[in-house]
Amino acid sequence: MTYIAKPKFHHPGLKKNELGYTHRDYEGKISTLCAGCGHDSITASIIEACYELSIEPHRVAKISGIGCSSKTPDYFLGNSHGFNSVHGRMPSVLTGANLANRDLIYLGVSGDGDSASIGFGQFAHSIRRGVNMTYIVENNGVYGLTKGQFSATADRGSKSKKGVTNTDNAIDLVAIALQLGATFVARSFSGDKTQLVPLIAAAIRHKGASFIDVISPCIAFNNHAGSTKSFDYVREHNDAVNRLDVLVGRDPIAVDYAPGTVQVVEQHDGSKIALRKIDADYDPHDRLGAQTFLARHAAKGQIVTGLLYVDPEAEDLHEHLNTVETPLNTLEADTLCPGSAALDKLNASLR
Amino acid sequence: MKPTDIAAPDYFHKVVDCQWACPAHTPVPEYIRLIAQGRYSDAYMINWKSNVFPGILGRTCDRPCEPACRRGRVEETPVAICRLKRVAADFKDDIRQRLPRPAAKNGKRVAFVGGGPASLTVARDLAPLGYHCTVFDGDPEAGGMMRTQIPKFRLPNSVIDEETGYILGLGVEFRGGHRIESMKALLAEKYDAIFVGSGAPRGRELDIPGRKEAAANIHIGIEWLANVSFGHTDKIGKRVIVLGGGNTAMDCCRTARRLGGEKVTVVVRSGFEEMKASPWEKEDAIHEDIPILNYMVPVEFKHVAGKLIGVTFQHVKAEFDAKGRRNLVPSGDPDQTIPCDDVLVAVGQENAFPWIEQDCGIEFDKWHMPKVDPKTFVSTNPKVFFGGDAAFGPKNIIWAVAHGHDAALSIHKMLSGEDITERPLPDVQISSQKMGIHEWSYDNDISNDKRFKVPHRDKVIALKDIRTEVELGYDVKLALGEAERCLNCDVQTVFSTSLCIECDACADICPMDCITFTANGEEDDLRTRLKAPSPHPDQDLYVSSDLKTGRVMVKDEDVCLHCGLCAERCPTGAWDMQKYFIEMTHAGSTCPTRSRSAA
Repeated sequence: MTYIAKPKFHHPGLKKNELGYTHRDYEGKISTLCAGCGHDSITASIIEACYELSIEPHRVAKISGIGCSSKTPDYFLGNSHGFNSVHGRMPSVLTGANLANRDLIYLGVSGDGDSASIGFGQFAHSIRRGVNMTYIVENNGVYGLTKGQFSATADRGSKSKKGVTNTDNAIDLVAIALQLGATFVARSFSGDKTQLVPLIAAAIRHKGASFIDVISPCIAFNNHAGSTKSFDYVREHNDAVNRLDVLVGRDPIAVDYAPGTVQVVEQHDGSKIALRKIDADYDPHDRLGAQTFLARHAAKGQIVTGLLYVDPEAEDLHEHLNTVETPLNTLEADTLCPGSAALDKLNASLR
Repeated sequence: MKPTDIAAPDYFHKVVDCQWACPAHTPVPEYIRLIAQGRYSDAYMINWKSNVFPGILGRTCDRPCEPACRRGRVEETPVAICRLKRVAADFKDDIRQRLPRPAAKNGKRVAFVGGGPASLTVARDLAPLGYHCTVFDGDPEAGGMMRTQIPKFRLPNSVIDEETGYILGLGVEFRGGHRIESMKALLAEKYDAIFVGSGAPRGRELDIPGRKEAAANIHIGIEWLANVSFGHTDKIGKRVIVLGGGNTAMDCCRTARRLGGEKVTVVVRSGFEEMKASPWEKEDAIHEDIPILNYMVPVEFKHVAGKLIGVTFQHVKAEFDAKGRRNLVPSGDPDQTIPCDDVLVAVGQENAFPWIEQDCGIEFDKWHMPKVDPKTFVSTNPKVFFGGDAAFGPKNIIWAVAHGHDAALSIHKMLSGEDITERPLPDVQISSQKMGIHEWSYDNDISNDKRFKVPHRDKVIALKDIRTEVELGYDVKLALGEAERCLNCDVQTVFSTSLCIECDACADICPMDCITFTANGEEDDLRTRLKAPSPHPDQDLYVSSDLKTGRVMVKDEDVCLHCGLCAERCPTGAWDMQKYFIEMTHAGSTCPTRSRSAA
């Protein structure tokens, strides 16, 4: 663990975003994770995405469960709201917070243990309800905090650091998210920020349940030969279907792409995602196709990354429930408690 | 770009900006760390070895190190390197036991013309090797311009006595009051070598109307300062004009304030910003209520009945021609006459060698300067060497010291029968500073403090006595605070390509965004693709060989804090913090001709 605080000095020529912040202004405390942890790169990517989107830090709520991944919200967005909840219960806390105040940007940060084991049910229900959030799983396939047991996302046949072969089948969170109706589904790799940063930015801009599975090598317990979540393995088997640029505001789409290679997706808030196709046949609007594509490539041992599915017209939980738009904490007492006459009227309507 | 060759001694030396900029290449961060540890004597000895006059330079150096200091690019102001040097001198213990012992004589005799910093440096290097050194100076005491031209309120005699004393104590013979009037006669005395360190002793004249008629009240700056220094002059008129914008002009005006000058004005031809004087010397003058008027060219000394009454100036402005050269042209404003009682002319210094006869084998160039080899400092007479201001015109003490070291090496090699053009490489050591997983043997926690001001004596008291030193120097606490500002640029970030797994941890943690992993390319192109802008192309890029993914690691050395976080966050030890210690090879180092290389 690094004992010194990260120096306050920054490069004098750092660019500032629309709010006048540099990316350093989106940092949190210094990481206490192991040196080289993939999670720290995801932290850096979240910082970069929020900086690029010129997000006001106080408009963000970052919520996590328990585990190495769930410690990371301490390391980014030091001026945002945070809730480090119970193991596996991030989705419920996030859902509750979102229902109470829909004006904030909800960032759920979880790990493979937190979401695929103890919190598997919670994960499933928050996705199927369509909570407007960005749900990031920092997936290293191993229980790092307890020294390297296989997690539920470890591939069958992969080897632990001690040489034991995993005999259990793996849960593919991306496949589950697709099946449960997530409206923005992506997978990426902590060692590939050029792909990851725009994915996070696009997910934050997406209205509805966004899910990103980020493979994040555990340097201490899952970065050896035989692991399928090591830097070397992921780099060798990474099959990116697309790369993207997020365009906010009225910027015209850059025209320097070869025709037919770029697909522009406009989200409900007007932001645009320019998808540079790598796999020409891949259609990110086809949920069924995506599921098949994923299964086919998984069988071949390939790790499909990129924006796998997006529904730009998605609805979220608030629309389903027809809730009040005003955050509950700003509702006045007479709105919250309209009096006995209103209660009588309600009761009468139910008789 | 090709992978950076960190084994070349210059690569990491350049990263230590202060040391690279210092003509004598003093290991600055090393002595600043020692000051922070309270090891003042050790810090002093590092300086003494490298720049010979730590106490003197700690008060008077022109500080080429400070504009170069990396801290000045990270925040507003560099580390107060110069005044920290003084701290080492102020708080050291008695260091006489650490000085070299007077050596048994080797039978070789070296004569020195002038007893200033250049000569004394050569003597300091040669005397411990057994050379019989004889220093001749027209003044009664050693020190040269350090004693005669620098006012006592900046540099007390006690400091000069102490540090020249250390050198004379090595068995150097000093013949004060003995001015060398003939090179020929000196050559006839059959010395094995002669070193000329006679400085640039002549103040430049200002030949404008009225100069002769009003001569009684017009003084040449450096001569007047010398007269003040020796007590021959102890007063000046109430209204004084100082002409010139260099450090001598600053010394003149501040001295005049102490000798009765109530209204002292400095007038310079150029703009205030372009003045040659160091910014801090200008500040000190202004602090003593001395206005500095710029863009005014003196055209006439006004006088009545042989008595100076004022100086007339023409107002000018700067114009730039097509080539960007500056010309001063009349601004059209009417001439202005400033009344005064005395004028001090400090418009430059010149070399003068009337005592070197034409048939001495010493050739001069068309500017009447001796032809001196810039590396070996030998003249066209193989036994005669030049250094300091005498070699290449007026510079400052630290340059004289640097020349002295090189000349001493030449003299030693010549008298050892070696080729003087073969120069030894510097002594380089590099060693890891890792103590534990996240522990280093240097303090890597970066201080956020702004530069600490050096306490000054109260102006009313300071102006009363010309011998009262104005600067009080840092106390121990301020010195510690200032020392902590040093970024330890000599603790280098060393990268091993073979160990890197490209996890990005270093690039993510680096507070200054120095590190980028990207595809290789030409330098100009690479500089545009770094994580942060690269505004200083003179600062090197550290480029690795190809990594597994085909990319390279590029580190812009420009604003690296040397905080070591890249190495702390590296899981494989691909980054290491290694202290790089480089010391110039002086005469008599154990193996002066053996080549050494870094790492």
